[in-house]
Amino acid sequence: MKVQKKYVALAAYLVLLMLPIYWMFNMSLRTNADIMGGFALYPHSPTLENYLKIFGDPSWYSGYINSIIYVSMNTVISLATALPAAYAFSRYSFIGDKHVFFWLLTNRMAPPAVFALPFFQLYSTFGLIDTHIAVALAHCLFNVPLAVWILEGFMSGVPKEIDETAFIDGYSFPRFFFTVFIPLIRAGIGVTAFFCFMFSWVELLMARTLTTTVAKPIAATMTRTVSATGLDWGLLAAAGILTIVPGALVIWFVRNHLAKGFALGRV
Amino acid sequence: MDKWQNNRAWFLILPVFLIVAFSAVIPLMTVVNYSVQDIFGPGQRLFIGTEWFKEVLHDPRLHEALWRQLLFSGLVLLIEMPLGVLIALGMPKKGWTASLTLVLLALPLLIPWNVIGTIWIIFTRPDIGLFGKLINGVMVFDHTANPLHAWITVMSMEVWHWTPLVALLAYAGLRAIPEAYYQAAKIDGASRLAVFRYIELPKMRGVLTIALLLRFMDSFLIYAEPFVLTGGGPGNSTTFLSIYLVKVALGQFDLGPAGAFSLIYFLIVLLFCFLFYQVLLSVGTGDKR
Repeated sequence: MKVQKKYVALAAYLVLLMLPIYWMFNMSLRTNADIMGGFALYPHSPTLENYLKIFGDPSWYSGYINSIIYVSMNTVISLATALPAAYAFSRYSFIGDKHVFFWLLTNRMAPPAVFALPFFQLYSTFGLIDTHIAVALAHCLFNVPLAVWILEGFMSGVPKEIDETAFIDGYSFPRFFFTVFIPLIRAGIGVTAFFCFMFSWVELLMARTLTTTVAKPIAATMTRTVSATGLDWGLLAAAGILTIVPGALVIWFVRNHLAKGFALGRV
Repeated sequence: MDKWQNNRAWFLILPVFLIVAFSAVIPLMTVVNYSVQDIFGPGQRLFIGTEWFKEVLHDPRLHEALWRQLLFSGLVLLIEMPLGVLIALGMPKKGWTASLTLVLLALPLLIPWNVIGTIWIIFTRPDIGLFGKLINGVMVFDHTANPLHAWITVMSMEVWHWTPLVALLAYAGLRAIPEAYYQAAKIDGASRLAVFRYIELPKMRGVLTIALLLRFMDSFLIYAEPFVLTGGGPGNSTTFLSIYLVKVALGQFDLGPAGAFSLIYFLIVLLFCFLFYQVLLSVGTGDKR
């Protein structure tokens, strides 16, 4: 009886959690005239018009492609640099290790608003404005530290005897790292990739500052279109729903690692 | 676990160090540079030392925004931490329901922050939004005119958006507790409350401290969601620290005050996080390793 009550409460929470998203989905299937015409719990005459408009207009869908490109680049760079660093933090003690570890985290603490301008100047100096790599590099500022922290937790969970045995068996460091060590922390890499994807995908301010047209992210496309055409609620809702899709796919792929991964990592 | 003592490990850190330093140190120094100068235009600048810091620290509107921010972050932590733990306790442990719950929970976390604001504009509009329509059926509710209603709306959005993160972390902490602990408690005839107090809570201390740290940082720096939803209004009632910062930065053509403001802001977050980190360290060495 008690178990039943628990699940009813959980189900009620999940329904509440999904309501705002459902409401946007509802709006996305209706035309703007229909939306303004009256309140409806579900679309009476659902239409894909809003979605077709987005998929038919390069200025709309290129935003999604840009976002996906720089988020992928960021995830790869973050993982590639964080893996050796996390290994060093989990296996070695060296001068300044604890300070560097905390310093990494402080990079998540600066208010981004004013830092956006020096970022713009810095990346202009290197001629990187309006390229995908600029956004990917800027997002490394908060993703790399997080990746190091999570991976360090996973790596500390692997006994050091494994490294020692491999070195005695004559493995070189790179061979050991790629063929023995990385497969052992696969779940950790999955979880880290999920976090990097998540924080890079949802960030807007830096992405918008560093891009103008060629690499403009979808979230920025949305804000501009809103102010230009007044408020087309249906189109806005459809664009919003489409920003959820890539994230939902990523969760689906890592869902089995998620719980296990969190438990091992220090996050 | 004893670590190997070897300073050559620095070579493994080097890529991370370079990539973060490139994006962190140079912009930080630029902001420090702004904060000690009066900039009239290109090439026309005057070194004025700590003048901007004094001015910013005496700005009454900044004090208001800071208290508002502290109240907001405090409320966020007070609501989200217990709620997240409760949800984690109620989650199924295995099977397809566990997978489904995880996926649904993670969904709000993966929505771009300005889209979160947009969702809530749509959701709370009194004419076309579900929430707005329902609540206006019971009472007059207008988050664009009434400061209290604006706060309730922004808090609902924040709790809706971020409680899942706490729940996911707490769930992970719970999953890491070996089944033997529960069996031992059962043999001892421990009550549900005692199991929570003496087994689950101590085992979750690590993940909960991290959740606290992340939630504190992100709620203290919150910008896009309330900005899109309320624009800082009505009046200044939801003008949080970063919204006020942007007003200062854009309202004046001088970067000096904005730079000084940013540095003070950064130091406040750093101070709090340092305190939390010290707690985290003592907890981590206490029972985990």
